[in-house]
Amino acid sequence: MSTNSNNEQSGHNEGYNFAYLDEQTKRMIRRSLLKALSIPGYQVPFGSREMPLPYGWGTGGIQVTASVIGPKDRLKVIDQGADDTTNAVSIRRFFQMVADVATTEKVLEASIIQTRHRIPETPLNEGQIIVYQVPTPDPLSKIDPRESETRKMHAYAEYGVMQLTLYEDIARFGHIAKTYDYPVLVNGRHLMSPSPIPKFDNPKMQDNPAIQLYGAGREKRIYAIPPYTTVKSLDFDDHPFSMQSWSGCCSLCGSTTSYLDEVITDDSGGRIFVCSDTDYCNDRQAQLLCDEHSEVQT
Amino acid sequence: MSYVAVKGGERAILNSQKLVAENRRGNPKVSELSLDQISEQFGLAVDRVMVEGSIYDRLLGALALKQAQGDALEAIFLLRAFRTTLPRFGVSAPIDTGAMRVRRRISATFKDIPGGQVLGPTYDYVHRLLDFSLAAEVSVGSAEANAAEEALDPTMPRVIDILGQEGLIEEEREGGGEVFDLTREPMTFPAGRDQRLQNLARADEGFLLGLAYSTTRGYGGAHPFVGEIRLGEVLVEIEPEELGFPIAIAEITVTECQTINQFRGSAEKPPQFTRGYGLTFGHCERKAISMALIDRALRAPELGEDVRHPAQNEQFVLPHTDNVEANGLISHFKLPHYVDFQAELQLLRRLREEHEAAKDAGATQ
Repeated sequence: MSTNSNNEQSGHNEGYNFAYLDEQTKRMIRRSLLKALSIPGYQVPFGSREMPLPYGWGTGGIQVTASVIGPKDRLKVIDQGADDTTNAVSIRRFFQMVADVATTEKVLEASIIQTRHRIPETPLNEGQIIVYQVPTPDPLSKIDPRESETRKMHAYAEYGVMQLTLYEDIARFGHIAKTYDYPVLVNGRHLMSPSPIPKFDNPKMQDNPAIQLYGAGREKRIYAIPPYTTVKSLDFDDHPFSMQSWSGCCSLCGSTTSYLDEVITDDSGGRIFVCSDTDYCNDRQAQLLCDEHSEVQT
Repeated sequence: MSYVAVKGGERAILNSQKLVAENRRGNPKVSELSLDQISEQFGLAVDRVMVEGSIYDRLLGALALKQAQGDALEAIFLLRAFRTTLPRFGVSAPIDTGAMRVRRRISATFKDIPGGQVLGPTYDYVHRLLDFSLAAEVSVGSAEANAAEEALDPTMPRVIDILGQEGLIEEEREGGGEVFDLTREPMTFPAGRDQRLQNLARADEGFLLGLAYSTTRGYGGAHPFVGEIRLGEVLVEIEPEELGFPIAIAEITVTECQTINQFRGSAEKPPQFTRGYGLTFGHCERKAISMALIDRALRAPELGEDVRHPAQNEQFVLPHTDNVEANGLISHFKLPHYVDFQAELQLLRRLREEHEAAKDAGATQ
């Protein structure tokens, strides 16, 4: 099943405004989004609302999606790259209930993609919006938890401390030991958290034709990357940025270029690796079947 | 293919919700709780849920508690998510707790005070012995209190105001200007008094209690006196623009606590007592006292005191008081983290390989 408009389990809930938030709130969030797009990577404080889902479970992303979604949109929701993880299912059901919108699992059919922890393997196009759920918007907060200080560092673009933490890894391990939520410099100006996506996904943000929106509900911050913007992962000339790679391939579709999840198959240490992006993996499996089929026929 | 789908589906969620509903109802042979029963007989639970849920509505509080199977934090969350959809149609005038219809009012600083000490309903002097007579389904005897011989003094000046007349305690500053609304805007630092008090008013009771406790055990240096605690009913008034005079829209129960704290004085200011302020919906004294202590502790920079302890640090305290936020993030660790965990797993394997290689290289040398 790739596309379903609204299934019988959801049904629009008449007691709430379209997409749950009232129009004033949406207007406030849209203004924050416009500001965020005008200053790529800058964290815009916004009046984040309590949502019926818990903070930390995607309330920032949900508020952003609720503010940009319209009745004609087609929504895809993924968590860990997969459409069928429980939280993705739950958020998709929420929007079916409060906005009655069509949903899809296909990247290319979606006008809005809300995601947690991954960027789809399939490249995005112009006109698409990807909404990231963000737990910790400020990459500097791990270095100094005082917001009054980190705001100054951002204002003066004083990012030496971040570079220093990466250097400490090199001094200790010989390489940078940061694997996800790997900090990036956006448009040559603002240091930004890409949300906890693996650094494998970092290069996908660079010059992406889609609009990239980031919502942190609990921390009450919104930031954004407009299409075709420079997004550089921090590194050093003699220690250039590198991403994860696997020696094996996906056990289901054979991909050697996608991000793989490790799945434990039995209690004697058996394990396989499969694509974390289920839509991408399913497509490739279908394609393989198709190829085999046509080979048999010829 | 032995790969079992580890990812949950829509059906699992729906069934899980049914299980919750089943657990909530419990044994169907036992009669179901009504909202009135909860509101009347679990009044203090409803009070807490209303304060931290930031909405004054006893029936909604009761409904939230019923739906949450009595779990206060879950009920608070339900109320918050409902409250956020309500329009804000006005700002009330400050409530006048001096004009409160007092049911309880005590001062720990003066033996007798104008208007008198009024013990009212409190567990303070109740021996905490399980009362097995309550286990009986039918009530035994009348629980009605005897009326006092004299009616309460209609005017009950606030104890702290009496000290104020002598200049011994800092003056209460008039607020004025537009009041910050924490439910509509994100907090900024340094937080003003309005931000601080709003934040503390909806803060988690347990967290505030623990923090307040820490200030009395060497992590804050506060020795507070409870100047006054009062409980009772006050009117909520709004002044619609087109009317030009205030009208009462509700009567609510509140608990107010004002603490008196020492202040040694500074170059500019003579030594005087300082204030801490706590206010809650309903009857929540533990919360009100804790709030007053933390309010005072957080005023350290304003009074020129050193900020040395967690309870004095507003960038530590204020962002961590909200249990809807805290519970959300802590419970989110239950969500799948396969992707990040995989990244860490890979890194750890690499680091261990490098560690082994370095050790071997060391051994061969």
